[in-house]
Amino acid sequence: MLTPPVNLRDVVLDFRDLTKVYPTPTGEYVVLENLQLQIKKEEFVSIIGHSGCGKTTLLTMIAGLNDISRGEILLNEFPITGPGPDRGVIFQSPSLFPWMTAFENMMLGVDQVFPHGTRRQREDIVKYYLDKVGLSQWMHRRANELSQGMQQRVGIARAFALKPKILLLDEPFGMLDSLTRAELQDVLLEVWDKEKITAIQITHDVDEAIFLADRVIMMTSGPRAQIGDILEIGFERPRVRKEILHHPDYYRYREHLIGFLEH
Amino acid sequence: MGQHLTESPVAPAPKAPLAGLGRYLPARAKVGRQLPGMARTLGISLASMAVFLLLWQMSASYLYGVEASARIERTVREQGPEAGAQMEACIASGDVSCKPNTLPFPSEVLHAAGLLLADHREISAKKAEFNTETAELNVVRAEQGLDPIVYTGRPSFVDQIGTSLKTVAVGFLISLLIAVPIGIIIGLNDTLRIAFNWMIQVFKPVSPVVWLLLVFMIVKTLTLGSDSDTSFLISCISVGLCSMWATLVNTSLGVSSINKDYLNVARVLNLGIGKKIFKVILPSAIPVIFTGMRITVSVAWMVLIAIELLAQSPGLGSFVWEEFQNGGSDSNAKIIVAMFVIGLVGFLLDRIMFWVQQRVSFEKAVG
Ligand SMILES: Nc1ncnc2c1ncn2[C@@H]1O[C@H](COP(=O)(O)OP(=O)(O)OP(=O)(O)O)[C@@H](O)[C@H]1O
Ligand SMILES: [Mg+2]
Repeated sequence: MLTPPVNLRDVVLDFRDLTKVYPTPTGEYVVLENLQLQIKKEEFVSIIGHSGCGKTTLLTMIAGLNDISRGEILLNEFPITGPGPDRGVIFQSPSLFPWMTAFENMMLGVDQVFPHGTRRQREDIVKYYLDKVGLSQWMHRRANELSQGMQQRVGIARAFALKPKILLLDEPFGMLDSLTRAELQDVLLEVWDKEKITAIQITHDVDEAIFLADRVIMMTSGPRAQIGDILEIGFERPRVRKEILHHPDYYRYREHLIGFLEH
Repeated sequence: MGQHLTESPVAPAPKAPLAGLGRYLPARAKVGRQLPGMARTLGISLASMAVFLLLWQMSASYLYGVEASARIERTVREQGPEAGAQMEACIASGDVSCKPNTLPFPSEVLHAAGLLLADHREISAKKAEFNTETAELNVVRAEQGLDPIVYTGRPSFVDQIGTSLKTVAVGFLISLLIAVPIGIIIGLNDTLRIAFNWMIQVFKPVSPVVWLLLVFMIVKTLTLGSDSDTSFLISCISVGLCSMWATLVNTSLGVSSINKDYLNVARVLNLGIGKKIFKVILPSAIPVIFTGMRITVSVAWMVLIAIELLAQSPGLGSFVWEEFQNGGSDSNAKIIVAMFVIGLVGFLLDRIMFWVQQRVSFEKAVG
């Protein structure tokens, strides 16, 4: 069950012999070693794996926030060397600036990415995405006055508004209660279905991975973690939660993933 | 003197998780719940004030007794029993000439406060009169290119308060102008932080008196040849140097301890250095910086009195010193009045800073 051959022209992200070593007081700690992976255009990929196996490390290297030790990550055939707005990140904590309103938080990024548009155009972008995540009425609230779930909605809106080539999500709903989490998964999928931005999402939640992803990537436990297995999720899009829960394949997928994690 | 306050940076308490809940409660419910609390605070404060006054009264009368009997004894010893009896009668009559000189009674202090106010009214009236008299002359002098004639009489107690406030305000500004930019720079740069660290650690605990002498040495040399009065300048700069440390330490702490997520967002958005500092780093450090400024203001006010006293620049410090030196019958009471005024003004300044801190901060300050 290894990576099926992919058409090279469709590959957006190409990991080649990716290795990450953290220096520690007791010597070098090899988190990832010779990791190989290819991610296709407009694909939604979920990554699951045990805590501490190196998922965040992998994601922050794609984001350019974390140095690569050996090997390389090619983004559209160019190696990644640093961060940039072409890779939108949605962090686990909403990481909005609490002293700004939801609107200002988004404007900060939109101003940066679309410096040539008129102010009016940029404001329209912000309003459009805030509306998409259901926050039109709240856009002039300061971020620290919004609930966690609302803040993460702004995070989603901000990420999409910047029109990134790749969306990186590190357990974006991990801090939310299960009701809010399901709500936000729906919001995310709804926006994503329209925009089809290549997305890589880390999650601990098997059901979330199946509901959102085209492929679920399972990482082996560290140190020297690698890709253990990949599961293709064949559900049609747009997906409806109820239909998927009743789909016969659902339990097969679920068992596959849980089987891997319990191994 | 006062330096203990600047010992360590003080961070504002993290926002309570439910702090925002109050917004959703109807206003009346809030007032209703606060009222008993306020009444209780007021009640307890009033009661403790009464106890305070009582203890003061008792100590004052004890000290008065000690001083009086010592005085009578000495008179008896030096001039014989007859003079002693006279002295005793004189003291009992309450005559100013033989009044025991010690801790004044609360009533005396209140009386002295009244005298100081009356004195202020008198001096203000004189000043106003002087100004109307010289107004025409000053117009003529201005036309001739001469300096106007200004009132140079004795300043009143209230004028002294004003002068002290002016000194502390200028001193505070000086401390901000030095501490905030340096704090930001060393907060951003590890190397500079290490370079400055020994300096901060060594100079922070230095007493205001020594700062004053240092500033005096430098200003004296720099103003050599000019005969203008430098005492105001010297006290402002000294106040600034003494009090700037809390702001310096807190600014660098606030800037350097910024949440890593915020920095990551700034990096992902490719924010330029200017935007990064002014839109991200500074706003996130504001609560800590303002906590530092609040300490700076209270330290500035505290050291001001000592510095004015030594620099012989006008203000509450020299008022206290002159009263102590001239030893009039109500001098002690006036010194105590000054003590209360100094305390109240300090309290007021702190409240103002607290208010400003709450305006500018996205977190709730702890009062
Ligand atoms: N800066 C660092 N220096 C040294 N070791 C690190 C550093 N960051 C992470 N590690 C270690 O690398 C390993 C992988 O960390 P990482 O955060 O990527 O795991 P993760 O899969 O995201 O875990 P989780 O599911 O708990 O978020 C862990 O053992 C962690 O202790
Ligand atoms: Mg992680």
